[in-house]
Amino acid sequence: MRKHLAFIVATAAILSACSTPVKVSEPAPVVERPVDKAVTPQADTRTVAPVETKSLDPLDDPKGVLANRSVYFDFDSYVVRADGKPVVENHSAYLNKNKSRSILIQGNTDERGGSEYNLALGQKRAEAVRKSMAALGVPESQIEAVSLGKEKPKATGSNEEAWAQNRRADIVYK
Amino acid sequence: MKKLNILYAGLAIAATMGGAQAQMRIEISGVGSNQIPVAVAGFANEGVAPQQISAIIKADLERSGAFKVIDAGVITDVNNIDYSGWKAKGADALVVGTVDALADGRYDVRYKLLDTVKQAKISNLDKAVTAQFTRLSAHLIADDVYFKLTGIKGAFSTRISYVKQEGRSYQLMVADADGESEQLALRSNEPIISPSWSPDGTKVAYVSFEQKKPVVYVQNLITRARTVVANEKGSNSAPAWAPSGNKLAVALSKDGHTQIYTVGADGGNLRRASNSAGIDTEPQFSADGESIYFTSDRSGGPQIYRMGADGGEAKRVTFSGSYNTSPRISPDGKTLAYISRRDGNFQLYVLDLASGQEQRLSDTTSDESPSFAPNGKYIMYATQSGSRKSLAVVSVDGRVKQRLTTQAGNIKEPTWGPFMQ
Repeated sequence: MRKHLAFIVATAAILSACSTPVKVSEPAPVVERPVDKAVTPQADTRTVAPVETKSLDPLDDPKGVLANRSVYFDFDSYVVRADGKPVVENHSAYLNKNKSRSILIQGNTDERGGSEYNLALGQKRAEAVRKSMAALGVPESQIEAVSLGKEKPKATGSNEEAWAQNRRADIVYK
Repeated sequence: MKKLNILYAGLAIAATMGGAQAQMRIEISGVGSNQIPVAVAGFANEGVAPQQISAIIKADLERSGAFKVIDAGVITDVNNIDYSGWKAKGADALVVGTVDALADGRYDVRYKLLDTVKQAKISNLDKAVTAQFTRLSAHLIADDVYFKLTGIKGAFSTRISYVKQEGRSYQLMVADADGESEQLALRSNEPIISPSWSPDGTKVAYVSFEQKKPVVYVQNLITRARTVVANEKGSNSAPAWAPSGNKLAVALSKDGHTQIYTVGADGGNLRRASNSAGIDTEPQFSADGESIYFTSDRSGGPQIYRMGADGGEAKRVTFSGSYNTSPRISPDGKTLAYISRRDGNFQLYVLDLASGQEQRLSDTTSDESPSFAPNGKYIMYATQSGSRKSLAVVSVDGRVKQRLTTQAGNIKEPTWGPFMQ
């Protein structure tokens, strides 16, 4: 801004010099003003402006593909659906690159039926995800398939919408 | 079943046991087929004890459905009984007793069971108990009355275990068979399922999710000591004690799918017992320890099978319905209780193994976790009324029903404990 002002002042001076006869020897009254060196008050020298670096671990990126850790299943089904395949692939790729990381795959079911049979059904869902990951080269040492059965529902209602939410396997990093 | 429903409607008693101390509300419906009329008198001087003993005896006997209980007022002179007068009032038997406060702080509880027809004593007990065991002494008297008059061992003094859930708090509880004298055994912020009593009644095996996955523990109720019995890779669940008390059957997914194994009570000597390509779970030893009943989906949907205690060939046991789970075998080995899904409802059934005759015992829709009373005469199970989970008890003939509810929270995963030494 200051520079612009200086330019305007200088231009005005030249223009006025053109319109008004002046002595040639007399230079245009342009005053070179120093660029503002902010004279900040004493207190502001202690200001700390935070800088955040981007996480190096894509697992911690809440907007990254690894943020999706749930694989959903159809009623009475223990097969990874098409919409679950990218989840399996993304986490498999991560685990293959990060050999020190390992996961629990927690299978879940809807609330209908007994605790123990549902635990076994949830296990089938977890195993389906485990097998898909193993097929993508993830070593068994990095994966543990377990079941929570119907004990930890994500949705608590007793309707198809809630049940569909609960027919699920979750990837949990250890 | 319709016929039975009409019978239940005939009598409905809502009894709140023990007044202000009641932890559970018990609703009784239905009566036994052959009720024995028995008069129960208030015990002389029973006000000195912290529990009203005669009231607990009456409640036990009524709940059983086996008796028509006649209130006999208070009888103070137990040595001078008007037998013919009680006979005239319809009582075949009379229960009388006394309570005395002893100098050492204990209570001397004495009782007599009298035959009004023969005008003779059938039985008596005399027990000095501390204040905390006055309730137990009443249950033991009810057990004696039940045994002397029906020939079947009473189970009023046995205990039950169940899980109470309030929000994210899971509590494994132990209580008297009537839901009273509730005691906390384990509190966790993660689910607890499938409690199972050791045959001597001093330990409970269960599945806890405290390690983000199901792990089988055995907890000594007296010492609090917990032993990890099965924590293999994958899920560990469905513990069931062998009658010997030195090993358990469990369901593990360590080999890639849920199969049945046996393991020592100390966690050693793990052996695979079942061998199928699908789910094998919910093992239960027969009372003689020779067989394991279990749930398997090898034929498609879940059905109940039986195999040897170490495995071997499995024989299918249930054939009606496409979904049968949670087998429990009666102490005499003759009756199988299980949950069957029919028309979308999960209900309690019993199967007479000799005749193949099946009977539905419940008319609710979300039943789970059946367990036999140690005398084989009743089955306790988890059910749901509205959104609340509660417990129910039904006699094996389906005639007598009780429902146990708490004031708050859900109660589930019940299991009936053994006779205690």
